[in-house]
Amino acid sequence: MSRVLDAAAPRRRGRVPAALLIPAGLGLLFLVLPLAGLVVRAPWTTLPQRLTEPGALTALRLSVQTATLATVLCLLLGVPLAWLLARVEFPGRRLVRALVTVPLVLPPVVGGVALLLVFGRRGMLGGWLDATFGITLPFTTAGVVLAEAFVAMPFLVIAVEGALRATDNRYEEAAATLGAGRWTTFTHVTLPLVAPGLAAGAVLCWARALGEFGATITFAGNYPGRTQTMPLAVYLALETDLESAMVLSLVLLIVSVGILAALRDRWITGP
Amino acid sequence: MVAVAGLAVSGCAGDEAPGGAADGRVTGTVTVFAAASLTESFTRIGSDFEAANPGSSVTFNFAGSSALANQINQGAPADVFASAAPTNMTTVTKAGNADGTPSTFARNQLVIAVPRGNPKGVTGLADLIRPGVKVALCAEQVPCGAAARTALDAAGVALTPVTLEQDVKGALAKVKLGEVDAALVYRSDARAAAADVTGVEFPESARAVNDYPIVALKEAPNPAGARAFVAYVRSAPAQAVLAEAGFQAP
Repeated sequence: MSRVLDAAAPRRRGRVPAALLIPAGLGLLFLVLPLAGLVVRAPWTTLPQRLTEPGALTALRLSVQTATLATVLCLLLGVPLAWLLARVEFPGRRLVRALVTVPLVLPPVVGGVALLLVFGRRGMLGGWLDATFGITLPFTTAGVVLAEAFVAMPFLVIAVEGALRATDNRYEEAAATLGAGRWTTFTHVTLPLVAPGLAAGAVLCWARALGEFGATITFAGNYPGRTQTMPLAVYLALETDLESAMVLSLVLLIVSVGILAALRDRWITGP
Repeated sequence: MVAVAGLAVSGCAGDEAPGGAADGRVTGTVTVFAAASLTESFTRIGSDFEAANPGSSVTFNFAGSSALANQINQGAPADVFASAAPTNMTTVTKAGNADGTPSTFARNQLVIAVPRGNPKGVTGLADLIRPGVKVALCAEQVPCGAAARTALDAAGVALTPVTLEQDVKGALAKVKLGEVDAALVYRSDARAAAADVTGVEFPESARAVNDYPIVALKEAPNPAGARAFVAYVRSAPAQAVLAEAGFQAP
């Protein structure tokens, strides 16, 4: 009797109710089908020569460079911010956490307008930068990095903050009792502890920066070699040539999926 | 023009096509895909059309002409297509999606849009290459960009813009925000933004005039409404609205 129950148990545990399986399957299909459509419809025969068109490679190089710089900027500013949110009790912390996540839900074009109003030539900070140093950020590669970082930083902050909250801060306390200063504790204990979460956040941040369109076109404009990233090139290609838009989209898809897959293990085991 | 409109509308009277009411007036929704540069004028023409045809309503999809042409060819349920350039219209006619031959209903010319008061003292294309003058153009893939290229080449001005915008409204927005000192946009767009920008006319724009074609679509859900709207756009009242907006008659 008990043996029968034992044998049945795993099967029962493994059985998935159709009410969940069907929508789950449809959900997966909905997310994957458009990507598959892109792969199926892509003009594979003319792909090699279209890829070697100088415009495509320039845009790809610029995209990878700016996304990487934006991720570095997010790491420099976002990790301390995440640490502050996770480890320090201060008044208004919940509000700050909510503010940090705003760019996640804001339409990117709104982010672009907001950036223009602050960092543009007539913006609060931008006007001062222009008058004092002659620096204008719109229409420059630095502007692209800024726009991408604005949109991508919340992904990093949320991932790192989650990782920090999940770690046991007794290690940090032990380091402190052994005489380590706060900075030493942070660099030698805290950072290694959250390394997987940090890596996951950085990858997600990079991928989001790579795909950024709305804030970039609004704040940094579109100029080949300087501010025209892959998503902008795709949009413009759509104006004249659907095939070349498909090729550029495919390249962006492959690069994004490639980097996510390469760090899959950390991604999955991340918090 | 009024006669043409009258004929077209009365032509719909006899048949039982959806949208054609028994008394010859048009009913139901007419969906118009129109170039972004037509936003202001077509919005007015749309409400005038609704007033002239009680029971009808006009909905617009304003975007770049080529994006609209792609949407139509991918099966978007549109009744009328009004393009800012013949090339994008050809995309639709070649795919066999037009009902009849497109006709030109307006022309548009470029002006130099500068912030109100013209702080940099721009009087012509040559001023745009002065050091310290930042210029936004449309990308050459879209009609306003192609026209800008033609005009600049005609003037022999080798201009490096700071940005190549995706449509004329994008270029104009950069002037309104004060991020650039000038942009080449259509006269109609500069006029629509007269509160913020001044349009500086320049002679070479005559060499790069854009024709705006319009056509009813073959798969139109409201064929009678489609034909009536096309006829209305060519009628005297609609032409007056277009002229006021800065367009030229075809």
